[in-house]
Amino acid sequence: MDRARTVRTAWAAALLCLGLTACGGTGSGQEGAAPADQEAGAAATAADSFSVTDPWIKAATAEEGMTGVFGELVNGSGEEVTLVSAGYDAAGAVELHESSTEGVDSTMREKEGGFTIPAGGSHLLEPGADHIMLMDLAEDLEPGAEANVTVEFSDGSTAEFTAAVKDYAGADEEYEGEEQEESRSGGHEGHEDH
Amino acid sequence: MGDGKAQFSRRGLLLGGAAAGAGAAGGALAHRWAAEPAPAPEARALNGTLTVPFHGAHQAGVETPPQAHGIFVALDLEPRTGADGVRRLMRLLSDDAARMSRGEPALADTEPELAEVPARLTTTFGFGRGLVERVDTAAVPDWLRPLPDFGHDRLDPAWGEADLLLQVCADDPVTVSHAVRMMLKDARSFARVRWVQTGFRRAHGSRPGGTTMRNLMGQVDGTVNPAPGTEDFDRLVWGGGGPGWPEGGTSLVLRRITTHLDTWDELDRPAREAVIGRRMDNGAPLTGTEEHDEADLEATDDSGLAVIADFAHIRRARTGDPDQRIFRRGYNYDHRDSGGQDAGLLFASYQADPLRQFVPVQKRLDELDLLDEWVTAVGSAVFAVPPGCGEEGYVGQSLFEG
Repeated sequence: MDRARTVRTAWAAALLCLGLTACGGTGSGQEGAAPADQEAGAAATAADSFSVTDPWIKAATAEEGMTGVFGELVNGSGEEVTLVSAGYDAAGAVELHESSTEGVDSTMREKEGGFTIPAGGSHLLEPGADHIMLMDLAEDLEPGAEANVTVEFSDGSTAEFTAAVKDYAGADEEYEGEEQEESRSGGHEGHEDH
Repeated sequence: MGDGKAQFSRRGLLLGGAAAGAGAAGGALAHRWAAEPAPAPEARALNGTLTVPFHGAHQAGVETPPQAHGIFVALDLEPRTGADGVRRLMRLLSDDAARMSRGEPALADTEPELAEVPARLTTTFGFGRGLVERVDTAAVPDWLRPLPDFGHDRLDPAWGEADLLLQVCADDPVTVSHAVRMMLKDARSFARVRWVQTGFRRAHGSRPGGTTMRNLMGQVDGTVNPAPGTEDFDRLVWGGGGPGWPEGGTSLVLRRITTHLDTWDELDRPAREAVIGRRMDNGAPLTGTEEHDEADLEATDDSGLAVIADFAHIRRARTGDPDQRIFRRGYNYDHRDSGGQDAGLLFASYQADPLRQFVPVQKRLDELDLLDEWVTAVGSAVFAVPPGCGEEGYVGQSLFEG
């Protein structure tokens, strides 16, 4: 994956725009997400200069229960920003995860402190690395569909982006402690294929 | 002697390895010349970097000068795939095709490095009757159905009609392989592969651009073809569909034509030329000298016989109706997987309306064409090639919004 790549296809751009109220109005075609609190008119927030390039979600059924959100988080501001939480309407829980790989086995766990995006830089969410985890899915995420994901930054500002749902074989990390906690809730029952 | 040796050496240098035989003096001279700065070679873009735009009024891969490698992948929709599923599928595939045409990986590509060499990659989508019916039964063009039976055909349903066609062409076979794999990963939730037909032409750069291809029978194949960009072409290829969703599109008839090369071997050159009505060396009609000379069907030889025989392929294919013409963009195939040779031509024919353009010609060839002795259609499928799409659209959008 090319971290420096900024070109987005129209489809991706169009997808992103679907979730935006302000898209087009500001002429910011490269903006991948719009600050939901723009109307507040406050000083520049983390969300103001945030965008996502090529966001996508691994397709999953409600029965499988959980899946990952990937893409390049871009910070257009001169200040480092931190993404501290994320949300998705049809998920019972959404967490920020990191993965570690031992041999060919990946394990994921919650990422302490969220995702830090450097000033004028980006942070890549990809299978086998950091990602946004959607859990307790209430409905299927079908290939070719779109899904709106919200993110919140450490300054309290929020943004929304629309991701394409893709059929993907990977991103099958073991959830840390899953073995022992399998009976904890119904949320992870999709992992019987591990 | 001195002059002669210098000349010889110079020739040797120019001709490469021959300089080694020019003796010590010549060799030294060659070295001296070799040390002189050579004229700076013109920086030429690598073939692999060349791109063909995916977006446009028409889909790419029809007018595009044929790439060296072509693959036709036919899919059947799963029973559960409804109209919305088809729409999602076409949006996924259009996005994949657009990105890869630029030499960028598709979204979630697991081998993004393989996408870095576009090599004039084009993806052309064709809709079978089944797909259009799945979306809107009233939207099926009258010609989108199997061709009428031809007596000489020996059609195997294994190469028959299917719901969706991916025609993927590029000048690099690795590029083609990767593009197909990427798109099939996105299609697997919606459809299953029905058949795959892989073909080739001369390698990129082996012959000047615009050279008419030769098929594996050795014939110059495709001389009479409308030229992309002309009014003729626009009418014959893009002119169909009328108002409605297919406007700006065309149709593809893909015939798998097996050639019986072992019996073709029994024919001597004059007989081969008589079968076609063209010369083997440059494809000129037997009444002419150059490939593109107009064939004179009236010409007779000293004994009063037609120079281009009644049974000759080009006479049978000829029509007085200028609308009964097609655009060919075929690929050779050659498989020896099981030891014996299975070779032939993937006869890809594009026309606004197969019933009015392709069928009348094929009927004449079916009735009488000596070439039929050595070629047999074993596969046949018809697809509607939807119009192209803009950067924010996807192929087939007009069908869903029509």
